Amino acid sequence: MVSKVFMSGNHAFGEAAIRAGCRSYFGYPITPQNEIGEYMAEHLPRNGGVFLQSESETAAINMVIGAAATGVRVMTSSSSPGISLKQEGISFLAGFQLPAVIVNVMRGGPGLGNIAPAQGDYFQATRGGGHGDYRTPVFAPGSLQEVADLTRVAFDVADRYRTPVMILGDGMLGQMKEPVEFPEPLVGLPEKEWALKGRGEGPSRYMASLILDVMEMERHNWELERKYQVITKNETLYEGYMLDDAKIVAVAYGTTARIAKAAIKRVRKEGVPAGLLRPITLWPFPKVPLQDLALRIEDFVVFEMSTGQMVEDVLLSLEGRGRVVFHGRPGGVVPTPVEFSRILYREYQRQVKSEK
Amino acid sequence: MKLLNKWPIYYKRDVVTHYCSGCGHGVVHRIIAELLEEMDLGKRAVCVNPAGCAVLAYKYFDIDMIESAHGRGTAIATGIKRVKPELFVFTYQGDGDLSAIGTAETIHSANRGEQITVVFINNAVYGMTGGQMAPTTLLGQKTTTTPGGRDPKFDGYPLHITDMIAQFPGVIYAERTAINGPAGIQRTKKAIRTAFQVQVDGLGYSIIEVLSACPTNWKMSTEDSFKWINEVMVKEFVPGVLTDKRGGAA
Repeated sequence: MVSKVFMSGNHAFGEAAIRAGCRSYFGYPITPQNEIGEYMAEHLPRNGGVFLQSESETAAINMVIGAAATGVRVMTSSSSPGISLKQEGISFLAGFQLPAVIVNVMRGGPGLGNIAPAQGDYFQATRGGGHGDYRTPVFAPGSLQEVADLTRVAFDVADRYRTPVMILGDGMLGQMKEPVEFPEPLVGLPEKEWALKGRGEGPSRYMASLILDVMEMERHNWELERKYQVITKNETLYEGYMLDDAKIVAVAYGTTARIAKAAIKRVRKEGVPAGLLRPITLWPFPKVPLQDLALRIEDFVVFEMSTGQMVEDVLLSLEGRGRVVFHGRPGGVVPTPVEFSRILYREYQRQVKSEK
Repeated sequence: MKLLNKWPIYYKRDVVTHYCSGCGHGVVHRIIAELLEEMDLGKRAVCVNPAGCAVLAYKYFDIDMIESAHGRGTAIATGIKRVKPELFVFTYQGDGDLSAIGTAETIHSANRGEQITVVFINNAVYGMTGGQMAPTTLLGQKTTTTPGGRDPKFDGYPLHITDMIAQFPGVIYAERTAINGPAGIQRTKKAIRTAFQVQVDGLGYSIIEVLSACPTNWKMSTEDSFKWINEVMVKEFVPGVLTDKRGGAA
């Protein structure tokens, strides 16, 4: 079976999910990610799965809760305003400790914004987003090959830790086409002993997030926090690009990281020793790798398609070390490699001048 | 001696009730537990309970259960039933949950004809939050947020959501009953049995609305509460079969 195919990012999300053993999808159309639901509508039933178009994003995420509670792998997807509606259910998934994968193909905001690629949902994705004391692991693919690879990782992490996991893409990633090589479909996923399947002859199970006793609620919160610490320790992912001899480091994720790579290639030709640190998990954020870089590198440039959100995590990670410059383009504007090159060149000139 | 009143196996023993005296939840819980046993459904049953007083229903039922966010019960039930059609899935919801914050989920799950059963407890008031107006609050009825009585000019009219969804082709059985005495309890049990059977037979969506007392928030004695159901509430929400499409005629 030839697995390398030329397809769009949104279709790749669907195919990767099915190959990861996803057997149910509940969603509500919103641009620029409609092709995910459309792909699932066509392919899930013929793979023995369930597709249902819900009446709203709120209903969709609650259908996800129901399916997840029975132990099947389940996914939903949406774009920025739709994800806001799903936050209620994501908080409940975290409280219930249920695994599910939520894809956010970001667009310009706040409000309805527009349908162009943006990265303005970073805060919402990485800070929990819904109410209560919880975290959501967030994967940020930078290519369609990574869409295929990380979608599977997302399902595995969701199951391993019984937690909702978000994949944070944007309109560019969803709409572009690239060759993608898919892994072989997963078969024979293990049974989940905690799942609701009717009590049968055994004891009954109850799934709750309501914990009225404050001491018990505190215990539950610390239990969740311990889980998030294990995820931080074991699941943090990042990519270093041309860092070995770098004297200036760009920090960017997803689409902006691709553009930053092109910019780095350009400025390297002009003698600017630039490199890239690309967080692949946005939560947990690759804090330690960034701190290690700060032992020998003074200058950091953060690129985002927002007015500056991840830059706060960079500042928090560096804890006062190094000099951080931010360059962002919000509103659905996709920056060019030339634009990023100019910033890297300018900051390197400043570094050279200050060293003289 | 013949045992007239056996304890249902799916109803937990040795539990102190948290429901107020005169509240209908305990009666309806018991009816459901009896039916799960009589119809041999308890082993494959999953109940979705609501936000509200009945969120603690898991204290009483000895079957698999999951709680839901405010109003989302039928969406969760949809997710369960769609991926595991072999399970017997029902929601247990109050009037605030089902006919206010969960209106969209209620209407669309009914309109899709989901193969689930809804047990809808209508006491015309918000119980757990302390007696505020519900969509089902009667005109003139005093609540903490309608201190002068519900006035249609400001608060709108009582919402007849069960009558509304009974019109949908996918809603196979809808009936309204009342916990207002022994006959009403018998009638309620018969109605819920029929509604459960609709799901067992794979016919589609079924809903039973049960008029039920909330003496605490109505600020009445149990006796007066029953009288109020019989004399006032049944005039607005008339008990009876609202639709029965079991014959196949939609």
